[in-house]
Amino acid sequence: MRQGLTWFNSASLILGFLFLYLPIALLVIYSFNESRLVTVWAGFSTKWYSEMWNNEGLMNAAWVTFKVAFVASTFATVLGTLAGLIMTRFGPFRGRTLFSGMIYAPLVMPEVITGLSLLLMFVAISLDRGFVTVTIAHITFSMCYVAVVVQSRLITFDRSIEEAAMDLGCTPGRTFLQITLPVIAPAVVAGWLLSFTLSLDDLVIASFTTGPGATTLPMKIYSQVRLGVTPEINAVCTILVGLVATGVLVASLVTRRQEMQREREERAAQAAP
Amino acid sequence: MSDSGTAERNSSTSAARKRWEPWNDPNERPHVQIANVTKRFGDFVAVDNISLDIYQREFFSLLGPSGCGKTTLLRMLAGFELPSDGQILLEGEDMSGVPPYQRPVNMMFQSYALFPHMNVETNIAFGLKQDGVPKPEIERRVAEVIDMVQLNAFARRKPHQLSGGQRQRVALARSLVKKPKMLLLDEPLGALDKNLRTQTQFELMNIQEETGITFVIVTHDQEEAMTVSSRIAVMDHGKIVQVSTPAELYEYPNSRYVADFIGEVNILEGRVAEREGDHLLVQSSEAGCTIKTGPSADEPAGRQVWIAIRPEKLNIALQAPPETGVNCLSGEVWDIGYLGNLSIYHVKLDSGKMVTATQANMARLIERPITWEDRVYLTWAPDAAVVLLN
Amino acid sequence: MPEPTEKTTPGAKIAYLAGGAASTGLIAGLHARLLLFPPYRLFVLALIRMGFSGRSLVIAVPYLWLLAFFLAPFLIVLKISLAEVVIAQPPYTPLFVFIEDGFIAIQASLDNYLFLMEDSLYWKSYLSSLRIAFISTGLTLLIGYPIAYGMIRAPKRWRFALLMMVILPFWTSFLIRVYAWIGILKKEGLLNLALMQLGIISEPLTILNTDIAVYIGIVYSYLPFMVLPLYANLEKMDLSLLEAAADLGCRPIKAFWVVTVPLSVPGIVAGCFLVFIPALGEFVIPDLLGGSQTLMIGKTLWSEFFNNRDWPLSSAVAVILLLVLVIPIVLFQRMQERSARAEA
Repeated sequence: MRQGLTWFNSASLILGFLFLYLPIALLVIYSFNESRLVTVWAGFSTKWYSEMWNNEGLMNAAWVTFKVAFVASTFATVLGTLAGLIMTRFGPFRGRTLFSGMIYAPLVMPEVITGLSLLLMFVAISLDRGFVTVTIAHITFSMCYVAVVVQSRLITFDRSIEEAAMDLGCTPGRTFLQITLPVIAPAVVAGWLLSFTLSLDDLVIASFTTGPGATTLPMKIYSQVRLGVTPEINAVCTILVGLVATGVLVASLVTRRQEMQREREERAAQAAP
Repeated sequence: MSDSGTAERNSSTSAARKRWEPWNDPNERPHVQIANVTKRFGDFVAVDNISLDIYQREFFSLLGPSGCGKTTLLRMLAGFELPSDGQILLEGEDMSGVPPYQRPVNMMFQSYALFPHMNVETNIAFGLKQDGVPKPEIERRVAEVIDMVQLNAFARRKPHQLSGGQRQRVALARSLVKKPKMLLLDEPLGALDKNLRTQTQFELMNIQEETGITFVIVTHDQEEAMTVSSRIAVMDHGKIVQVSTPAELYEYPNSRYVADFIGEVNILEGRVAEREGDHLLVQSSEAGCTIKTGPSADEPAGRQVWIAIRPEKLNIALQAPPETGVNCLSGEVWDIGYLGNLSIYHVKLDSGKMVTATQANMARLIERPITWEDRVYLTWAPDAAVVLLN
Repeated sequence: MPEPTEKTTPGAKIAYLAGGAASTGLIAGLHARLLLFPPYRLFVLALIRMGFSGRSLVIAVPYLWLLAFFLAPFLIVLKISLAEVVIAQPPYTPLFVFIEDGFIAIQASLDNYLFLMEDSLYWKSYLSSLRIAFISTGLTLLIGYPIAYGMIRAPKRWRFALLMMVILPFWTSFLIRVYAWIGILKKEGLLNLALMQLGIISEPLTILNTDIAVYIGIVYSYLPFMVLPLYANLEKMDLSLLEAAADLGCRPIKAFWVVTVPLSVPGIVAGCFLVFIPALGEFVIPDLLGGSQTLMIGKTLWSEFFNNRDWPLSSAVAVILLLVLVIPIVLFQRMQERSARAEA
């Protein structure tokens, strides 16, 4: 078929991406607005950033959020990688259906339900709510995302590589560490990044499971947003969006470059006699 | 490797093989014994009560169509599957409790299964490292096999930087470096193109000769099996149909299945009429003549048999032979395929049965003496016809 | 890792255990040596007989975690939904009550569920959630399909950049993206400002705090979920099919409707489920963009819990929401399995 865009294709791409990016762009732009009024442009200023920096409540919330996200995504990556491995490499075992159900269900479960149920359980076992409970909650739902990411990588990779390692005298445990883990490493890293941003983003589950002294940034943003749009919040959002976007862009550009390099080398190898 | 070298080597090995037949020597102890091995996956029987002895230094092929259980059998030898029933003995020792990483057996995988994050050298050294071999020895042995498979220039490359043929040689080197008691090869040449495949077949044979390791190869390519093997086991539906040397398999197949699977064959149905000395006379309405077979076991008159005749053993002529009632088919040339070295004739017999005959094109022919719709006569020597009972 | 799937000798199992349990050579070696001593061997054999091995240890870790923090909380929700609200800590009646003589009485009431049926607020918010989720899924498809189609028609070298541009918003904060719309949609917001400057309207429109704002928010937030499966599906399509259609005398626009669209049905269905399911239980969007008359069940649950502090009733709302969700989830799962089988 003739490749190429009709006017309709170009229009839908341009309008579609404008729709996706314009709100964020406006948010970023107005974070540099001198005026407190969102709709009036009163000149460029970074004063909201310094104000944000001096807002102790916001900064504390940010620090809590990063701690939670870091700990939760690390645990979630370990548990999720194990879960992905179990789903693809362990064959049938008793309770497998329940296990895969518990992996997939949190992905489609409304956050209000996950949050409510975890909170009710923490109350039932009288676990004091705070940093620990939020972290447990975040581990629980992010590990399922990690499991799915790792699983899809494991499914596509040639199992005979693992068999070859064992055939050459490597025990199953060592095979996992020396062969499987290095091969699926990109998926594990992607899983970690995904858990980190999910945890960074989460408002609903954190609101249910948190306690005094463990207010996260999204909760802080949410409570301020209810009072109205402020340039200060715009500044916080800009920084968060900037961080995540840079991270994702860099990660995907690096993998993209590696892939292209690899393809070039493969082609070169096949062309040589 | 020069062509003349290969030819010389082959003639000498085939001469050696003629004398070297451990499977016919009652004093020889089998290297591997597969005893009544069955493998079931749920209700499906992948390997059905197979018993097989493989001898030291053999180049043994498991040949069959896909799904016949040959790969499952190989994976049981490697330890990736455990037999549901029966035993596998290596040098008299039961292997059923030994996991793959403790078996003195190595495997070369169909996909090569090279570790993508290691280079050629570290891939090959991997197995030795697992055994805790001292570093200098690892280096020496790795260098040795890299030399053997002629990959010196590529030692630092990663698998994706290698061509298919190079990857195949890394996989071979990696499985050889541990000097296993038995090397298992799963369709080792399946991913190579045809030219490279034929060349690599001879390399494999040379390496097997050099190292003296017992090779067990799984393949669905009968030509490949015929070329490399000391013996071939033909498998079908989880069972072994026949185990023989390539020549025996071709010349004396024991069933229609084997005759059909190995090479081209014409099969004519008939009934035993009488016995004449050590020959049988078979009446075949399909052939439209009496078939006098080669030396054959006695079969009662009236029994249904099948006569297998290879196309190249049929002689095609325009003139009728002096006696047309015995070992002579007649029909009309239906199709001719010219392959350069050979011509293939499809002849429609008077019974309607199609028969294939091939003739070597000895002379340069400007004008074909035999052409479409000619009436031709096909004759053969009595011992070219093999009697099959099933 | 190969595992004995059928009955094998204990010796074989021990050998597997020796390697399977120990991840390092050191432990494996120690374990193998210890196996020579009868007491240890008996202990290991007993463990095996109980179905215990290194493998089950590995399974146990994530399994127990999910049982404790996913399934158990759920059962607690179910339990509390059968209780009654009391002013106490915790604010609900216990399900099991110890009475004298060691008897246990079960106090379960379906009152909460009966109340949900009687009070129109609840079934109205269920219906309204379904309606909003349906409409916004349809809108997302209408907007997402042309984008996905434009992406596959674009030159190959743009594909990666375009794909990245769809994926990027998916990674950035949901809350922030919803928040960004408040500044645009409110009465003195950027949209009204722009429209009035252009002279299209003279009076500012009320969009924020209406259902329209909720539709915009859902379409905007979930657009990547629609575009990605559609793109993945359309990209796989054999373009020579369109050439064949053209060769047989079919005009491009007709070919789009009779070839491209029918072939992309799996992508359409997947995308719709991926938007519909989360939209149904959505809380942030109706809360921030919707008005007081916007009823969505997630929001109702939230206010029942945080404002009214009625834990049993909000648990009952959660249970019913889950029942409503089960149907689309099961349908989606079935469809995924079917397409996975078709590909295999």
